[in-house]
Amino acid sequence: MDILTAKDVCKSFNGNMAVDHASLNVEKGKITGLIGANGAGKTTLFNCLSGYYPAASGKIIFDGREIQGMSAQKRCKLGIARTFQIAKPFGCLSVIDNVAVGGYNKAKDKAEAYKNARESLEFVHLDHKAEELAFRLNTGEQRQLELARALSTKPTLLLLDEVMAGLTPTESEEMIKLIFKVRDSGITVLLIEHIMPAVMKLSDKIYVLDRGKIICEGEPKTVVNDPRVIESYLGKAGAAYAKNN
Amino acid sequence: MINNKIEKYSIIVLLAMAVIYPVFSNSYMISVGVSILTIALLGQSWNLMSGYAGQFSFGHAAFFGVGAYTSSILYVDFGISPWIGMLIGMAMAAAVGVVIGFLSFRYRIKGDFFALVTLAFAEILRVLFNNTKALKGAGGILIPYKNDWSEFQFENDKIFYIILLLMVILATFVLAVISKRKLGICLIAIKESQSAARSLGVPVLKYKLIAMAISAAMAGMAGTFYAQYYGFIDPTVVFAASISVEAIVPCIIGGAGTLCGPLLGAVIIVPLQELSNSLFDGINGLNMIIYGLLIVVFIIFCPDGIYGTIVKRVKGEK
Repeated sequence: MDILTAKDVCKSFNGNMAVDHASLNVEKGKITGLIGANGAGKTTLFNCLSGYYPAASGKIIFDGREIQGMSAQKRCKLGIARTFQIAKPFGCLSVIDNVAVGGYNKAKDKAEAYKNARESLEFVHLDHKAEELAFRLNTGEQRQLELARALSTKPTLLLLDEVMAGLTPTESEEMIKLIFKVRDSGITVLLIEHIMPAVMKLSDKIYVLDRGKIICEGEPKTVVNDPRVIESYLGKAGAAYAKNN
Repeated sequence: MINNKIEKYSIIVLLAMAVIYPVFSNSYMISVGVSILTIALLGQSWNLMSGYAGQFSFGHAAFFGVGAYTSSILYVDFGISPWIGMLIGMAMAAAVGVVIGFLSFRYRIKGDFFALVTLAFAEILRVLFNNTKALKGAGGILIPYKNDWSEFQFENDKIFYIILLLMVILATFVLAVISKRKLGICLIAIKESQSAARSLGVPVLKYKLIAMAISAAMAGMAGTFYAQYYGFIDPTVVFAASISVEAIVPCIIGGAGTLCGPLLGAVIIVPLQELSNSLFDGINGLNMIIYGLLIVVFIIFCPDGIYGTIVKRVKGEK
């Protein structure tokens, strides 16, 4: 069963089609990967899905409801949470307060919001920094904070935008474990990632975006061997070179 | 409600100073005290909207003026007690705040441009009041003196001082309550990153408008007090850009986005003003130049304000 379906989503900036009739299905309980070369339109598509800005056309269906016209905060209430490619911590709030902002999403009162927040912090192993001001965190911890904040909104679908960018190999390993743990807790995951080993390991299904169009979809193994995908990353000459060697 | 020890002791000290002050003061010192408290109240008002919520206003005079004019017109023309007029004025100011906020935020005006929009609205109101007969025009309003507490008038200026002190305490209390609750935390989140706040389910527009409404109501309250205390208002005084500046300066000097910052800023800035006024009496405008220089120095060397810097130092060393 699909929790999220995007049909022919388009978005252009000054006539430049960033996302061009992109369609994808995210299966419930699974991890779906979205890859593509730089500038392929991954983040733009993400932003359309999360409501950061509206899609110019196309349909987005979440849990059987059309959501393309909804604001980001309404989508969050419905159960879509996201992280940002460049972490956006609320610097002058403490870590626990940061997470509580998300915790209030589905909480009735302050106590419940902070309970959500503490649970999420424990989940991402950041509870030892709860009282620290967010701007003092390092990159890895900021990523954990982004994840904890998103989780504390109690989502059913989590959109992860390059959560591993800038992490050390060890931290990436930890993050991969965390993402599996998120999925095991029943949350569906859709992720953008550049680090191929991570995507290969994590994803049940991968979509490849090239110049705004979905050019390929399928299981990780099939996708990475698809000539169109190799070409989109390496160009025609590079693809030929890769084939011959 | 109180964040930490520094905040607690700062508030106790400031409060004690404010309470003892009138006991030993002559009428001149009381008038200085009223100036300090007026600026503190305006500062707290600005603090909520711009310090906490990050929506930089350069037009708090609009709310101040609306508060002053509402209560004064109701009093002079309809005989309604300024106490009630004050509440209506606060509601009117809040309404003006919501209208300005809605129009700006609806069309995604933010940052410097939002500051310009608020400035423009304050100027529009000044011109409007200056040229509208029904609103008493450029002549302003003279509040008839009746010396009756039910008419918000007192013979003794010390009572005015105490009333204003209570208003400042109320404003600070409101800020303290808000800052520890959902609204306060979400406002800071909005200041830090609007898009991140929105994606976490924070109703950004609604919260910004609430912040503006409460902030405007506080400024409106200060406006009514001003009208009753000085007994005369006109558009060039209550809608003046200098009123907007007086809302901003204590926050920048003391520390925006903190509970004590604007209070401390007011305590520092008004005596400095008085001092430069008396020292450079003969030279027109020099006191304003010194005032301006001071602000520049603070923005460059002490961007968190005095209180903000102290808190950071103490926390950093811990």
